[in-house]
Amino acid sequence: MMLRLKTTPFHPRTEAIMQANQWRRWGGYSVASAYEMTHDREYLAMRNACALLDVSALYKYQITGPDAHAFLDRLVTRDISQMQPGGMAYTPWCDSRGKVVDDGTICRLDEGTFRLTAADPNYHWLEENAAGFEVVIEDVSEEIGTLALQGPCSREVLAEVFGDAIRELPFYGIIHLEDDLQVSRTGYSGDLGYEVWVPKQRALEIWDRIVEKGRRYALQPAGIWALDVARIEAGLIMLDVDYTPANKATTPAQASTPYELGLGWSVHLKKPHFVGKKALAREKAEGSALTLVGLEIDHDRLAQEHEKIGLPVHYPFVPWREIVPIFDEQQQVGYATCGSWSPTLKKYLALAQVKPGSSENLHVDIMVDRYRKRFDAKVKKLPFFNPPRKRG
Amino acid sequence: MKHYDAIVIGGGHNGLVHAAYLAKAGRQVLVLERRHTVGGATITEEIHPGFKFLIGSYLISLLRPQVIQELELAKHGLELLPLESTLVPLTNGDYLADWPDHDMTRRELLRHSRRDAETYEEFSLTMRRLSLAMKPLLDLFPPDPTSLAPRDIEQMARIKGVLGHMQRKDFHTLCRLCTMSIADFLDEWFETQPLKAIKCTSGIIGTFMGVRSPGTGYVALHHYLGEIDGVRRSWAFPKGGTGAFAQSIANAAKAFGAEILENAPVHQVLIKHGAACGVVLEDGREFYADRVISNADAQRTFLKLVPKEHLPDDFLWDIQRFRSASPACKVNLALDGLPTFSAVPKGNEQLLRGSIEIAPSVDYLEQAYDDAKYGGWARKPFMDALIPSLLDPGMAPPGKHVMSLFVEYASSEIDWTPEKKAQFLEVVVDTLAEYSPDLKSKIIHKHIMTPHDIQEVFGITNGHIFHGELSLHQLLFLKPSPQWAQYKTPVRHLWMCGSSTHPGGCITGAPGRNAAMELLKDWSA
Repeated sequence: MMLRLKTTPFHPRTEAIMQANQWRRWGGYSVASAYEMTHDREYLAMRNACALLDVSALYKYQITGPDAHAFLDRLVTRDISQMQPGGMAYTPWCDSRGKVVDDGTICRLDEGTFRLTAADPNYHWLEENAAGFEVVIEDVSEEIGTLALQGPCSREVLAEVFGDAIRELPFYGIIHLEDDLQVSRTGYSGDLGYEVWVPKQRALEIWDRIVEKGRRYALQPAGIWALDVARIEAGLIMLDVDYTPANKATTPAQASTPYELGLGWSVHLKKPHFVGKKALAREKAEGSALTLVGLEIDHDRLAQEHEKIGLPVHYPFVPWREIVPIFDEQQQVGYATCGSWSPTLKKYLALAQVKPGSSENLHVDIMVDRYRKRFDAKVKKLPFFNPPRKRG
Repeated sequence: MKHYDAIVIGGGHNGLVHAAYLAKAGRQVLVLERRHTVGGATITEEIHPGFKFLIGSYLISLLRPQVIQELELAKHGLELLPLESTLVPLTNGDYLADWPDHDMTRRELLRHSRRDAETYEEFSLTMRRLSLAMKPLLDLFPPDPTSLAPRDIEQMARIKGVLGHMQRKDFHTLCRLCTMSIADFLDEWFETQPLKAIKCTSGIIGTFMGVRSPGTGYVALHHYLGEIDGVRRSWAFPKGGTGAFAQSIANAAKAFGAEILENAPVHQVLIKHGAACGVVLEDGREFYADRVISNADAQRTFLKLVPKEHLPDDFLWDIQRFRSASPACKVNLALDGLPTFSAVPKGNEQLLRGSIEIAPSVDYLEQAYDDAKYGGWARKPFMDALIPSLLDPGMAPPGKHVMSLFVEYASSEIDWTPEKKAQFLEVVVDTLAEYSPDLKSKIIHKHIMTPHDIQEVFGITNGHIFHGELSLHQLLFLKPSPQWAQYKTPVRHLWMCGSSTHPGGCITGAPGRNAAMELLKDWSA
């Protein structure tokens, strides 16, 4: 048999609804960019109803053993020492230079069982750092299928599927249901949303049940393009797009620290030793080389410049992912890493790394038809979009 | 009689590159080739009618991209077909494959070891950083660190600049890799035997050392310095075989005005008043030039072509002790169809389009060396196999195939009688047949080049494919002799441009190009 990209446990369902053969690669898996010809409805469902996403390509590691809690607390920058069973936290983890290796969530499934999610393979990194700790690390990536149900109706749909316990679930909480699956109130959309963690054998059954109950709520399966728009609106960074993980960077300058990525809030220098603490304390004291900012690009002028030459404006509905120079009045002060038109905010958004202390009024070059023109890009507070229902 | 600016002895690939650069700079150049055709060991020969055999070199990776660009080799016929995978068939019916895709390779490694799948990326990245740092050294003449001459000091500063960019940890790893055995180095990274074994093979290609011999780490790194179109560590097959590549350089050289004379074996370098002034051929013809550049290996040049009385004793001693015992044979098979490998599952036949390594374990490789190191041959040899006709159908008649096998170890010290040759050829075929049961039934013709044949046919001392071992004691400013490592020789106006000089063997074009740069600088000075 030919070796091809892996397929997730939900593939029989996602393949059946794929209309445009828009598959992409994610973590060695073949996943949908969009199921429909365009991703508009998928995105809109995420903000107005609910969108069902197959996020099984996330790497998942189960950590058990008497030292599991202490080990993880030492591994990551965030203080998770107070995490109780049923708790979950987002955090980056760094190497000894304070450069981000990966970012993801840690949940405490029960007294002695933790699960960590990651964008890249981290088994080796975990094993290396577990020296001296009595822990067992298991790669359960292929055993567990993960569905994200994101959007304002997601709570109602899941309550119909799994019962009222869902309604009690706090932001960043996780509960066990039906013996062998969990639901957490997490996601990558910056909206009200949940993630369902199911043994792969039950993947199709759970997909079907959610889709069945979701019908009444206009549930829409969605691909990565829709999610990408949402996560830019939410100001959430992505590995390999907004930063190069420390162990993939060819030079130290290519890698980023949590402070540079706007994750300073997740670095707890007051907790006991953790990997990268010394370097991060130094950076905190001395300042960072770069900082994450949200940019709002002057879309009015973009439209005008198009009108001037008799063309309709073309906004980036599918987010772009590339390094684009950002300037102040004199020189380049940083670079954008991704950008998208926000259909919810009706704004042109971008995420960028700029030198700290740079002006709030920056510029970016954009092609207008066949010529490059400079546009204003104003620094805005992140997240761009943060509905109360996310935590409500 | 025409007086040339330069005569190049030997039309191997470095000689041709060298001649092309000199001609491009406006010099009158004559290349003298012993054989009926240029290329040296970079050659394709139709040994059996319709089947093109690679009796010498077989793949390209380390060829300096500048050589392709500056000599306009694409215009002169060079076409490179990338090699996509590496397959290690195992006798237990399983296999290990390095695919041309990161996700596929990761998934393949996961079948064998979770740990290795995880470490592989870090390993590749480390090797990439090391080779990035080392690569500029290929294009520099090696400075003598004991010299106070401005050019040496300047060059040392340049190297310091190159290495200075390295992260400290990488520099330490580099030093360890260069001095360690490749097997020890890989033991620190991986646990899967066939994975370690294929990575080990880069450390022993062409080298009469075992995978556990210190110094093979450097040889592995040498093989990591290659690139095709900027993609590191990739190898390519030149369409028409390496001979077609040699022809493309010859075409370039001729287009720049160089003359090439074939069937012109040089008997001796002519020396007048301590300076080289020409050569005399075995048939007595004489040619004169201002400079004579030998592309022959150091031992052939100074122990055969230059009369001893013109060479200082200590230099002669350096050349005599230059290590060039060779372990490598080349076997070619004409096949009546594509052989099947029991380890290759149905549907995965594309794996046969890449390298096929008979290297199931580290011990297997070391055992092969052990068998040969006292002057014998490996009872189970290591082989780097390729089926060129799958990449370039022109290499064999329709429906037929050729297979090229680089084979180690078989000592150059064996008395290679026709009987011994036939015996070792049987060993090779028998070993390969363990992985491919129908191989023997498909063989139409088989051909072997032992180290002795390589010496006799190509004129390379001991048949060493790198013109002498790539070991630390004869690298950089020690290559081939501590005082004469910058392409010049103790004989005025006699230069070297072959693989015995920095940066050494493989199809790189680097010695030829570097020597031309130095010679042209010296000429105008």
